[in-house]
Amino acid sequence: MNLKNKWPEYYKKDVISHYCPGCGHGIAHRLVSEVLEDLDIGGKAVLVNPAGCAVLAYLYFDFDVLESAHGRGTAMATGIKRANPDLFVISYQGDGDLAAIGTAETIHSANRGENITVIFINNAVYGMTGGQMAPTTLLGQKTTTSVAGRNPAFEGYPLHITDLLATLPGVVYAERTALDGPAGIVKTKKAITNAFQSQIDGLGYSIIEILSPCPTNWKKSPVDSFKWIKEEMTKEFPVGVLTDKRKKYKEEKIAV
Amino acid sequence: MAKTKNTYTVTTRSESCKGCGLCIEYCKSGKLAFSKKLNKMGYFYAEPVQDKECTGCMSCTLVCPDLVIEVYDG
Repeated sequence: MNLKNKWPEYYKKDVISHYCPGCGHGIAHRLVSEVLEDLDIGGKAVLVNPAGCAVLAYLYFDFDVLESAHGRGTAMATGIKRANPDLFVISYQGDGDLAAIGTAETIHSANRGENITVIFINNAVYGMTGGQMAPTTLLGQKTTTSVAGRNPAFEGYPLHITDLLATLPGVVYAERTALDGPAGIVKTKKAITNAFQSQIDGLGYSIIEILSPCPTNWKKSPVDSFKWIKEEMTKEFPVGVLTDKRKKYKEEKIAV
Repeated sequence: MAKTKNTYTVTTRSESCKGCGLCIEYCKSGKLAFSKKLNKMGYFYAEPVQDKECTGCMSCTLVCPDLVIEVYDG
């Protein structure tokens, strides 16, 4: 009788998370912990928390976690990385944090090519505050502040922030994945591994956008939320590698 | 000699399960089902079905947001 799925080393044991049933944060937390263990860098890892549902992530991660001001995750991560380049720095942010209030910090830290990794959880609504419209809300999607569905004439179009960042030369690796089933979760783990490895190699800014379910605010069951990501959300936000300059940067040795 | 079939044992930490039902949806062999009883948090938790066989695909452990499911080899 061998346990096939070991508890991740950098995930606290016997803690019941505050996340809603079926929330993607639990899966993303587990994947981050597993990849840190696989690459054996958990001992020097520092994670920067966002404001949002993941604000209490320090209760679940068993390594150093710092809390940043709303949207300023990458600014804080920049400071940590520059002051102590030996540390492995992750900024864990949601769409309200990264794509709304923290757009300036996000774009400038990416443009500077800071050697940090951003885990961007995109669930198309403001989760913690009760499901208001976010910049990433899909066209026609009903939220508490777009009750008739998002209308582009009035509320604008969904913001593709990761596509935008992928055009910058400082961004070495950008990929969008979806938590839409076991296959999507395996791909997400692979993407996080690639991003973490590019930071270890000192190549620059890497970002993984994870399309994540928010069953409570989408007013769907967890199973229907997974299906909605697969059928609707990936149409607006197609999954795949958006930029991969790892090979080029390794050869040119532009390393930070 | 015919290859012996692997067997797997599934257990769930019923007290930390929030009853999202993702593991039940993605289990191909129907090994997992909702319980009849509530746990302390007030959810119908996922529990293994006695007469179904686990194939060891690990899909349930991949989709579980709360690390509830344990799969044992043997």
